[in-house]
Amino acid sequence: MLPASAPMTLAMGPSHPAMHGIIRLNLQLDGERIVDSTIDIGFLHRGFEKMVERHTWNQAIIYTDRLNYVSAIINNTGYCLAVEKLLGIETPPRCQTLRVIMSELSRVMDHLTCLGAQVMETGAMTAFLYAMQAREWIYELVEMCCGARVTTNWTRIGGLSADVPPEFVDAVKERIPKLRRMNDEFSKLLTKNRIFIDRTKGVGVMSKEDAVSWGFTGPILRASGVPFDVRRDTPYLNYDEFDFEIPVGSNGDVYDRYNVRLFEMEQSLRITEQALEKLPDGPVNIADKTISLPDKLDVYGNIEGLINQFKLIMDDHGIKVPPGETYLPVEAANGELGFYIVSTGEDVPYKCRCRPPCLPITMAMPTMIKGEMIADIIPIFGSVNMIGGELDR
Amino acid sequence: MQKKVTNITITPGFKEDIYWVEVFRGLWITNRHFFVNMWRLTLNLFGIKTKTRAVATYQYPEEHRPIHHRLRGRHRLTVRQNGSMRCTACMLCETICPCDCIHIIPGESPDPNVEKFPEQFTIDVLRCCFCGYCAEACPMDAIRMDVIEPEFASYTRDILFTKEFLMGQTKERPWEKWLEADMKSKGA
Ligand code: SF4
Ligand code: SF4
Repeated sequence: MLPASAPMTLAMGPSHPAMHGIIRLNLQLDGERIVDSTIDIGFLHRGFEKMVERHTWNQAIIYTDRLNYVSAIINNTGYCLAVEKLLGIETPPRCQTLRVIMSELSRVMDHLTCLGAQVMETGAMTAFLYAMQAREWIYELVEMCCGARVTTNWTRIGGLSADVPPEFVDAVKERIPKLRRMNDEFSKLLTKNRIFIDRTKGVGVMSKEDAVSWGFTGPILRASGVPFDVRRDTPYLNYDEFDFEIPVGSNGDVYDRYNVRLFEMEQSLRITEQALEKLPDGPVNIADKTISLPDKLDVYGNIEGLINQFKLIMDDHGIKVPPGETYLPVEAANGELGFYIVSTGEDVPYKCRCRPPCLPITMAMPTMIKGEMIADIIPIFGSVNMIGGELDR
Repeated sequence: MQKKVTNITITPGFKEDIYWVEVFRGLWITNRHFFVNMWRLTLNLFGIKTKTRAVATYQYPEEHRPIHHRLRGRHRLTVRQNGSMRCTACMLCETICPCDCIHIIPGESPDPNVEKFPEQFTIDVLRCCFCGYCAEACPMDAIRMDVIEPEFASYTRDILFTKEFLMGQTKERPWEKWLEADMKSKGA
């Protein structure tokens, strides 16, 4: 028999019903309390970075869809912005505003999924279903503008695959009040509910200093009290034209993270409204025909258009990105999503490194759950919002 | 534009401590949803259409969700007015396909006005990721992804879209082969 003081080892995951995403926690338990733990990742490794090296600049966009599959458009945008930075081009204003609108709607979608799953695992099934219904409204918009719900593949280097359909603006305007109402109901069900507060307040605390030194970004860093937001600190697209607030918490616990995410959804809807107000007309692709595909009418109608089309698609032709390297961060729903891109002047990337926002946060799980009970792992892990596709790439 | 930093920390007070007030507020929301939806269902029962659907879920096989026409659906090869293929076997779709799932064998076209045409045009649809690049790349508007057909699941792994199928010349659906096999094995 083991001595009474020896900790028990328990493997939670990789396919545990409460671990959404495939990941394994090896827990050392003293009764219900966690003495120590380690974390195993890599169960969803698909070789994203290697795949990108074997495909042309534009083909690589489909692999970014599969990073954070809950808010794929933000990944598309991040990758394209990085390549555009290396090319030294800027997309037309309409394209930028549309990218902002869809990124913000994706952020709402991501937060809805995260909060919904988090509260479902703490027992609030109704709130989860309301969140899923609201997410469905946004998925319809995504389907409307890019023809797919999850694997969006919407942006292109130097523009978009297609402009939004004419009914898009009205559809978004119609859905914003509905989303607001849903947020409100979600918050009324949970924010002041004693059961939920007891499960989340003071759980999984991360201090300001720890959060910074672990490399946290995004809502979870802001919940610890650091007002860092890529959209404010290094503005990309035309984010500096919009007025929005940055929520910060002060305790850095699960309850604060929940509140930060709820507040951010409202801010994202505000940005969307402002962007719809000032959505300019005009083209969505840059005019440079060595970068974006020509208009279909030109391709069918005249020889120049046809040649451009062939030149952009044929092997060893395509977009030629000047040699160099660059890093560009965007604010994804989980934090700073960065693409570090190296080009040797060929039509394929030499190297594309992705900085996934949830990797540092997931790696800090053992620190966050130390000394807590097993049941607390569930809300803490929910608040981390680990996305397997992005974590393991 | 200046971005304001807002502290959103909520400190639970007395009202949260006594628990009942907030729980009844929550119950009010769920009950309102329940009764509103019941009212809509009742109206629907008497044939009165409501602006919002009574239930958010769709009764799937009988009832389908409206799908936007921009959906990247199943592939299709377009034909000219005289019934011949528009495709000229230019290989652009095969080149751009990131999944390498289009296979074209070009040949001499029987039409003297057209130089080349694909003798074989196969899409290995199980490799396809429905990215839509092929339709975007085609300079002849020959391949389109506009057939909205959400259900093509199969128990076999050899769903190949042949040229005849993509042109709509055959009604046989490649993914329904398992059905025939299944029927045969049951002696039907
Ligand atoms: S949709 Fe994409 S993966 Fe599928 S055949 Fe076309 S190019 Fe290839
Ligand atoms: S790109 Fe169009 S014309 Fe060229 S081979 Fe493909 S389907 Fe045929």
